Amino acid sequence: MAEVRAPIERPLSPHLQIYRWTWTMAMSVFHRVTGVANYLGTVLVAAWLLAMATGPGAYEAVQGLFGSILGRLILFGYTWSLMHHMLGGVRHLVWDFGHGMEPAQRINMARFTLIGSVILTVLIWVAAAAFF
Amino acid sequence: MVDNRADTRVSMRTPLARVKGLGAAGHGVEHWWLHRMTAVSNVPLIIAFVIIVAALAGRSHAEALAIVANPLVAILLVLCFLSVTNHMRLGLQIVIEDYVHDEGAKIAALMANNFFAAVIAVVCLFSVLKISFGWVR
Repeated sequence: MAEVRAPIERPLSPHLQIYRWTWTMAMSVFHRVTGVANYLGTVLVAAWLLAMATGPGAYEAVQGLFGSILGRLILFGYTWSLMHHMLGGVRHLVWDFGHGMEPAQRINMARFTLIGSVILTVLIWVAAAAFF
Repeated sequence: MVDNRADTRVSMRTPLARVKGLGAAGHGVEHWWLHRMTAVSNVPLIIAFVIIVAALAGRSHAEALAIVANPLVAILLVLCFLSVTNHMRLGLQIVIEDYVHDEGAKIAALMANNFFAAVIAVVCLFSVLKISFGWVR
C-alpha cells in the first residue's frame, strides 16, 4: 500500500467577508438562508397536519402552540421566508432566461425581492385576519 | 454514473475525478432541471397553500377537517407537498455539497437530507389523505 500523503495546503480564494456588500449579494445570501429556513419549517407543517389527522386533542394542543405570541412570531417569519424565497426564485428564473442582467435591473430586482416579500407577508396576515 | 460523451479524451476532468464520481457525476442536468421544474410548480402551489392555511387559521378541529376534506383543497395540498419536498431535497443537497467537505460527514448529511424530505412528504401526504377520506373522527 502506498503511504497516504498529507494534503497540500493551498491558498483559498477570498470569501464573503472580503467583499463590499451589494444588494444582489445580500439577496443571494437571503435566498439561501430562507431556503434552509423553509426546509426546517416543513416540520411545523407536518406536525400541524399530523395533529389534525390524529384528533381534536392533538389539534388543539398544536393550535395552542402556534397561536401563542412566540408561535405567531415564528409563523409570521415563516410566511416572510416563504414569500422571499418565492420572489427570489422568480428572479432567478428570469435570470435563467438571460433577462434582467443589466446593473440597474439586477439591483432593482434584488431590492424588489425584499420589499415585495415584506409587503406580501403583511398583506397575507391582514387578509387572513380580515376575511377568514 | 454514466459516461456517455462521444470522446472521453475531451474533458477538463481528471481520470481520478471521474473514477471517484466527483463533480456532477453525470446527473447534474437532471438535478438542475428538476430543481427548476419544481421551482415553477412551487409558485402557484405555495400561493394555494398560503390561502388554505389562512382559511384554516383559528378554526375548530371539525371546521378544519371539513376544509381539508374538500377534494380541491386536498389535491392542491398533495401536489404542493410533492413539489415542495422534492425542491427542498434538491436545494439542501446543493447547500451540503457547498459547505460540508469531510467525506464521511457529507455522505451522512446527504443521506439525512433524503430521509428528512421523505419523512416530511409521507407525514404530510398521509395526514391530508386520511383527513380527506374521512378517516378522522
